[in-house]
Amino acid sequence: MRAVVVLIAVLLAAVSCGSDDAPSGGAVTVFAAASVTAAFTELGDAYTAANPDADVTFNFAGSSDLVAQISEGAPVDVFASADLANMAKLTDAGLDADVPVVFATNAAEIIVEAGNPEGIVSIADLADADLVVVQCALEVPCGAYAAQVFASAGVSVAPKSFEANVNAVVAKVNLGEADAGIVYRTDVLAAGGRAEGVPIPDGINVIAEYPIAVTAGAPNPTGADRFVEFVLSQAGQEILASFGFGAP
Amino acid sequence: MTRRGRRVGLPLPALLLAGVAVAFFALPLVGLLWRAPWSNAWTYLTDDAALTALRLSLVTSLCATALSIVFGVPLAWLLARVDFPGRGAVRALCLLSMVLPPVVGGVALFFALGRRGVVGQYLDEWFGVTLPFTTAGVVVAQTFVAMPFLVITVESALRQLDPRLEDASRTLGASRWYTFRRVTLPAIRPALIAGAVLSWARAFGEFGATITFAGNFPGTTQTMPLAVFLSLETNPEEAIVLALVMVAVSFAVLVGLRDRWFGAVGRPEQVAP
Repeated sequence: MRAVVVLIAVLLAAVSCGSDDAPSGGAVTVFAAASVTAAFTELGDAYTAANPDADVTFNFAGSSDLVAQISEGAPVDVFASADLANMAKLTDAGLDADVPVVFATNAAEIIVEAGNPEGIVSIADLADADLVVVQCALEVPCGAYAAQVFASAGVSVAPKSFEANVNAVVAKVNLGEADAGIVYRTDVLAAGGRAEGVPIPDGINVIAEYPIAVTAGAPNPTGADRFVEFVLSQAGQEILASFGFGAP
Repeated sequence: MTRRGRRVGLPLPALLLAGVAVAFFALPLVGLLWRAPWSNAWTYLTDDAALTALRLSLVTSLCATALSIVFGVPLAWLLARVDFPGRGAVRALCLLSMVLPPVVGGVALFFALGRRGVVGQYLDEWFGVTLPFTTAGVVVAQTFVAMPFLVITVESALRQLDPRLEDASRTLGASRWYTFRRVTLPAIRPALIAGAVLSWARAFGEFGATITFAGNFPGTTQTMPLAVFLSLETNPEEAIVLALVMVAVSFAVLVGLRDRWFGAVGRPEQVAP
């Protein structure tokens, strides 16, 4: 019982300390697509290492959720989307300060269990009705890409589930509940040894373009510009490449 | 019922706080109604996909409620009436899914009942049964999160029930089963109904465990909450309409759950005139 009380006290202290951190002059709030979580976390570290007065706060979520949050007035300086369509929603609503720039690309890839026990080598293999194939819902970009890839390959695939986001597809393959899924190349890399990828030939693959922009209501437009410049700089691009992103 | 008409002089501060609480629950609903696209509502409502999801939600949540009653009442009885070592731990275990984040519950269900799960691998191997990505999986996920609501309600009613009633029935020669059916069950009926409705409401609104364990496929595993969540991605207007349908259905059921069902267990004079 006493241990619980102590634990609660410690947690409360931790929480209150966290909220004491007032944003410094160089505070930048970045809303970024869930698929760039790992890469942007490292980018943020590198950015603050290079700019000691700066402080970057991230909010990672599905691009469409982020657009909704920004439209509802969330205080944000920079928005990085996983697709052009969601960025266009903001631009059309007059919520981008300038023209969005593509900062990275990503390719779709088949994700399979480590060791590829089902011996999947191509999109055509996914048509096997005995396989449990999962993909993203058509409402989210990775689902639309999967549908495009199947269509370009002329293969009819019957997925068992349309997952809400790409992480759920990765999780189901990692857990061994699905045999294969369509995700981004960067996701396969991030899964490490728990899963492996089967590349999709360029001819039928989809290349996702990731745009970034400073928002119209940015509380710190100067800091926002600096962060975007860093993402597009050679140092930023090298970090993105190490996570499997292609050059714009 | 006299209780309904009774007037108690509530102190003003309590009245104010209660008012704030009512507003706290009412405002989000007002927000939904305010943002609802009334001119297009009918189009969204009669959409095939929405109707399919609603039908699936009703069927699965009712199945989950039935399972919760079948297994939950005996469990509540065990927890209330049988004094065994570790009872507190068993109770905590059975109520754990109320506090577990539903997504974690879904992953835990994979480890238990998935095709690589502790039990699931044998279900697959011996009976060819796989629960993930099936309607049965939806029911399992919903039951997992919903049953505790029934157990907790029924157990508390059983504890408040005067055991002398059951003793009297037994002394008069009634069998255990007869006593349970004719004395215990009628006495706890209000709690049983309340618990069943709470379980149903929880199952009807279930999202996290369902989408994790059963996935999302129109017609087989895409329940209303999943449909609402996904339409938020592309069509927030439709999402609001679908959410309001869920609210309306749940509201109707909960209003139907009249005050008296939330009262204490049946008093002796109601059970044995």
